Amino acid sequence: MQAHAKFTTIAWHRLLRSGDWGMLGVSALLVGGLFSQFWSKQVADVVVVRAGGKVVAELPLRHNRLLAVRGALGETLVEVRQGRARIARDPSPKQYCVRQGWLTHPGETALCLPNQTSISIPSPHPAFDTVGY
Amino acid sequence: MSTPASSVVLTATPTDHAIARWAALAVALSLVDASLPTPLPGLKPGLANIVTLVVLMRFGMGAAVSVSLLRLVATGLVLGSLFTPGFFLSLAGGISSLAALTLAWKVLPKAYFGGVSLSLLAAFAHLAGQFALVRFWLIPTDGIFYLIPPFAAVAWLTGLVNGLVATHLLRVHFLERPPSC
Repeated sequence: MQAHAKFTTIAWHRLLRSGDWGMLGVSALLVGGLFSQFWSKQVADVVVVRAGGKVVAELPLRHNRLLAVRGALGETLVEVRQGRARIARDPSPKQYCVRQGWLTHPGETALCLPNQTSISIPSPHPAFDTVGY
Repeated sequence: MSTPASSVVLTATPTDHAIARWAALAVALSLVDASLPTPLPGLKPGLANIVTLVVLMRFGMGAAVSVSLLRLVATGLVLGSLFTPGFFLSLAGGISSLAALTLAWKVLPKAYFGGVSLSLLAAFAHLAGQFALVRFWLIPTDGIFYLIPPFAAVAWLTGLVNGLVATHLLRVHFLERPPSC
């Protein structure tokens, strides 16, 4: 009898009970949510480190690391951690770039002007940084 | 201790034999799993979970736990992966999904939730357990979260298919009918 039913003759949908349909729907939403959570911010995946106007490193944001860069005044310490980047230490007197904190989004930049070092997360569609009239 | 004074006799009950047979079937399916080519390591259908589900729905949680853990260790022995990271990954996934199944089996009303629900919950718990182990032990960086979405999509699909197959097998071979039919 049914034991030898062909694949196509099995009424697969009748094997599901009402709660199963609900569970399927909820878990499909969960999968969709995971895609939007982990795959939507794909653009912020690298930080560009510059010293004296030259690019000295491009660090992937996926890997935690510390990088020391020589500037005009001394050493700038760049930290990449959990998809973010910051200037952890810098000899510039006013510490603007250090106090700027973590960069997370494309288009963001932290500039240590006296030491001539900077980090920035490049954006594929650069936003305006200055508008003049 | 060269000549033991007394010897312990272990008698295998018919239940033990049945569990061993189910576990052997699960090992065979695990080997099929392991030999399938996949684009990402660890991305596989989890065919042995069909056995776990059938045993759970037919014989209860205790038997399912025994079959599942026996299968994990025996597969590790056969593949030569016992106590390697891959083995611990399987173990973390297996223990997580058994925990989820235990909870679901107790909590979910069986009139509404069948094999597919159990299978989906087990699949997602498996994924969660594995990623927890990877994140906190094998690759301690958040970068691996990038891999979660495709794995979750595959877990959804294999959870559905394995649940359907398990339910179908139960109905055909054990004539278990849901209340609606």
